[in-house]
Amino acid sequence: MQTTIMPPSRQHSLWRRWSWLLWVLLIGIIYFWTINGLKFSGFQESAASVSKSILHGLVHPTWSYVYDGSGEDLVSLILQTLAIAFLGTIVSALISVPFAFWAARGPKEHYFLRSGSGKVVLTLIRTFPEIVLAIMFIKAVGPGSYAGVLAVSVHSVGMLGKLFGEAIENMDRGSEEAITSAGGRSGQVFALATVPTIMPEFLSYTLYRFEIAVRSASILGMVGAGGIGTPLIFAIQTRDWSKVGIILLGIVVMVLLIDSLSEQLRKRLI
Amino acid sequence: MSTPTIPQRSWAQRYHVKGIGWTVLLLVLLVASAQMTGVNVGMFFSNLGQFTNLLVRMSNPAWDYTTVIIQPLLETIQMAILGTTIGAAFAIPFAVLSASNLIHNRWLRGLTRLFLDLVRTLPDLLLAAIFVAIFGIGSTAGVITLAIFSFGMVSKLFYEVIETIDMGPLEALESVGATKITIIWYAVLPQILNQFISYFLYTLEINVRASTVLGYLGAGGIGVFLQRSLNEFNYNQTAVIILATLVVVLVIDGVSNHLRRVLL
Repeated sequence: MQTTIMPPSRQHSLWRRWSWLLWVLLIGIIYFWTINGLKFSGFQESAASVSKSILHGLVHPTWSYVYDGSGEDLVSLILQTLAIAFLGTIVSALISVPFAFWAARGPKEHYFLRSGSGKVVLTLIRTFPEIVLAIMFIKAVGPGSYAGVLAVSVHSVGMLGKLFGEAIENMDRGSEEAITSAGGRSGQVFALATVPTIMPEFLSYTLYRFEIAVRSASILGMVGAGGIGTPLIFAIQTRDWSKVGIILLGIVVMVLLIDSLSEQLRKRLI
Repeated sequence: MSTPTIPQRSWAQRYHVKGIGWTVLLLVLLVASAQMTGVNVGMFFSNLGQFTNLLVRMSNPAWDYTTVIIQPLLETIQMAILGTTIGAAFAIPFAVLSASNLIHNRWLRGLTRLFLDLVRTLPDLLLAAIFVAIFGIGSTAGVITLAIFSFGMVSKLFYEVIETIDMGPLEALESVGATKITIIWYAVLPQILNQFISYFLYTLEINVRASTVLGYLGAGGIGVFLQRSLNEFNYNQTAVIILATLVVVLVIDGVSNHLRRVLL
């Protein structure tokens, strides 16, 4: 048996062959625009000496700052940073649950009006910069870690709500059906099937978000919302590089410890 | 025939020791952090008036401010593009060095990964504060911040892609005596290019979001104007900036999501 292979139409092959040129041109234009648009301020004359003193500060950190019992030392402020992240994450996890059920597309939903609107609201929350939130809360409750807690709790809802909602969309509906077919009421279905099924995933996402919250809590202090960021920005502004060095070391150690701890816990959850 | 035995629950299981233990630990941590951060729920509600006042002032944006912020918004996008490109370019060799299927030397791999882990611990605003001190106020500090920030992120995503490739073509080339560079060029690159571009675009999305606040510490872009409007209490201008940022982020997300779907 002989099969005839039709040659592909000429125009198609022309497009296939030359479309990359269009992409190259487009990317070229984008990069031309980018590089031309940015004004390089060039290096300050002091750049070299400043970098040298930063490196010197990193190698010779102010060890005395680690703990001096005044409550303003590195250890207490790092603990405060962790407290901001922890409290903010727990509160936002609680707020996120109703948002997640709002934004999750149900198995029988056809119009997506409810879930679509929920997704839009979560995107709006996610895009609102955390720093601006922190500044707004500082106006409400004064500078300090309380404002940081509020900023973390509100901002994290955007991401946690999205992740929780996706977990609900992808969850295994088998146990729900089992309880329903055994005559369970909707409240019982929720408590005995829905919650146990999604709980491990919710906890895992909450831990993951806690890792991110630790990083953001350590910089919220730069605008006055408590934690280790406040002495860091003061040290940078007063060019106290040895103090910057010890604070950076503290942040790096804190983040590494929290990341590995949370990774261990998450491995056990799933 | 022995009688079937009913499985016995241990003492710890019967009294839910584990569950209660975790709950108590959680509650203790919650109370301790509430005390440490000075959380005062009543104060928030008694000062709610000030907060709503702020929201009300933000809710009628000063639309004529839009013309002022278009240029810095474009600068923000340019910073993100350049920063992501530089970061991704530096990430490629480090990703190759930390991929376990290409580099068999455990020490080299471990050292590279440790270095990447250390880079990833630094938050973006912290980097911005330091680079503003080094390079002075302006977009150069922002570009370098974004480059380092995306370097840490992209290198991890890249080496995870490299570790999932099909080793067949590599072995074929190795068996005919090809050099390491040839193998990477002809056997590794074609397998990973699309995913690389996809992750590059994903990082670009994150960088556009991040770059909007970098200017708050003087690292160029729209953040400079954000800080100015907040310091001058012009909250109706702040609202315009936030809305414009939202539009830009949504557009970039949309384009990048579409391109990534086409690529994969």
